[in-house]
Amino acid sequence: MADVVVVAGPALTIPVRRHRMTGSELAKRVALYVVLVVGAALMVFPFVWTIITSISPEASLTVSPSLIPTDPSLSGYAELFANTPFAVVVANSLGLAVVTTVIQLFTGSTAAYAFSRLQFRGRTVVFGIYLATMMIPLQVLIVPLFSELKVFGLLDSYVGVLLPSLASAFGIFLLRQAINQVPRELDEAATLDGAGHFRIFWTIILPNIRPALATLVVFAFMGSWNNFLWPLIVLSSPQLQTLPIALANLQGQYTTQWDVVMAGSVISILPMLALYIFAQKYIIQGVASSGIK
Amino acid sequence: MTVQDAALTTRPRKKVSARHVLTVLAFLLPSAIPLALFSLGPMIASAWVSLNQWNLLSAMKWVGLSNYIHLFSDPTTGAVFLHTVYYIVGYLPLVYIGGLALALALNTALKGRSLLRGIYFLPVVTSWIVVAVIWRWLLAPDSGVVNTVLGFFGITGPGWWTDPTWAMPSIIIASAWKDIGFVMVILLAGLQSIPTDMYDAAKVDGAGWWRRLFSVTLPLLSPSTFFVVVISLINGFQVFDQVYAMTAGGPNGSSEVVVEEIYDLTFRYSQAGTASALSWMLFIVILAVTVIQIRGQRRWVNYG
Repeated sequence: MADVVVVAGPALTIPVRRHRMTGSELAKRVALYVVLVVGAALMVFPFVWTIITSISPEASLTVSPSLIPTDPSLSGYAELFANTPFAVVVANSLGLAVVTTVIQLFTGSTAAYAFSRLQFRGRTVVFGIYLATMMIPLQVLIVPLFSELKVFGLLDSYVGVLLPSLASAFGIFLLRQAINQVPRELDEAATLDGAGHFRIFWTIILPNIRPALATLVVFAFMGSWNNFLWPLIVLSSPQLQTLPIALANLQGQYTTQWDVVMAGSVISILPMLALYIFAQKYIIQGVASSGIK
Repeated sequence: MTVQDAALTTRPRKKVSARHVLTVLAFLLPSAIPLALFSLGPMIASAWVSLNQWNLLSAMKWVGLSNYIHLFSDPTTGAVFLHTVYYIVGYLPLVYIGGLALALALNTALKGRSLLRGIYFLPVVTSWIVVAVIWRWLLAPDSGVVNTVLGFFGITGPGWWTDPTWAMPSIIIASAWKDIGFVMVILLAGLQSIPTDMYDAAKVDGAGWWRRLFSVTLPLLSPSTFFVVVISLINGFQVFDQVYAMTAGGPNGSSEVVVEEIYDLTFRYSQAGTASALSWMLFIVILAVTVIQIRGQRRWVNYG
């Protein structure tokens, strides 16, 4: 940070000799901060309200949301863990999300490599079919999907929950865009050194698309973590329940104790936020360690 | 490679080609098999359902194209498509320009940028159930924060989600607010792959901030922009959660969108055949819009 001075403008962190900011540069800087902080306040408000409501046992939906906790207490959280299987549910959702993310990283990066780097007939058409799988609303696919898994005998199992999200066209598209931006000269140099596609994929492409991979980790995890409709339909055993279903049940169960519902919401947001903050390091580090200029 | 070399390598090339097929399959099958079985399969099944009358309980009854004919003659169909397009036209520019501005601002070496990035991402991870409660309150006609603030400036705010004219703008504002962090994350990852020496060169040439934005940043960011636009349109046509949570299509059906109608047809009226037909009409529209974008991308998308 010592001799890095920011030049007003986007995407610019150009190492130059330290110099004093001129008056207008400083004014721009301050203006940017003001806008960003006001915007951030607007963004963070609902979350703050969720936390405050979760520690206000008197809170209810009928009163206007208040930013001053009335008689703050953690009884909402205590109620949640004492009288609902919330710990089990969080563990279930974590497990499913981790498995989904790992599988989608594998299926996504391999497919993206094929669509970006391998020549084969019908490549555009196949890619189009992949994208087309995103174009039909889930609401209408659920009935056929349910019948299909019934035939396989996979209802009420995590395998049944996982099967429709083993590969995601969204993730494949995201990674393909990233691989397309990796200079082909790098592959060619590796080919001259005798590297095959698997080695190029592993040693050249993957390290160079780290920001996109980290982005996919966030979205794959979030997709599984927030998945509601499909697990609701597939799972019937209470011990297999996932977090979004438990949250929906809370709303039915604690219609007057809004603090319990919001305690559940806070717990559902925190792991996602932690994951994003962790992944962000890799999203930003990507270029620094990739060796491309 | 000389002609002679080429002639010599003709035979082994066939062998390489068989290996090439195996390579392609190795990279493609891990995703192709699950997508074929659990996305494409159910899609084809729903196409079949769309040609039948089915209440999800008794046996299907073949009706041919009459579900489609019925939908084409029903004025609701046009209305729900119109509302959906209205949503997209309002939502996409807001979320893209907002997300771009944020990504640009938070890509500079500002103090506290990690914290700010985290904060702007918060709405993305918050469930629509919570977001809808908050926005209905912010946009409440009488005591809501927004109308109270407008009142300070002597403006009488509209009825927002309680008013047929303002229901869709309310949904658009809440959606843009929630998704701006999503666009920011994608564009930030894209900005990271722009080599800094491009900026050095532009600066040496005396290019100002706007000039660099339009001549360096945006062209080099175009693959990420393309991704955001294609995904936002695919998802925008299938907008559902926020409508369901904020207005449930009301008041008086003024914010009823296509997937809301599909949901109602399936789970409220048990008309799975009509719902499937409407889904396939939506599919054709989304497909056409996406194909146009893929065709048009070589005009503006710049892959390194």
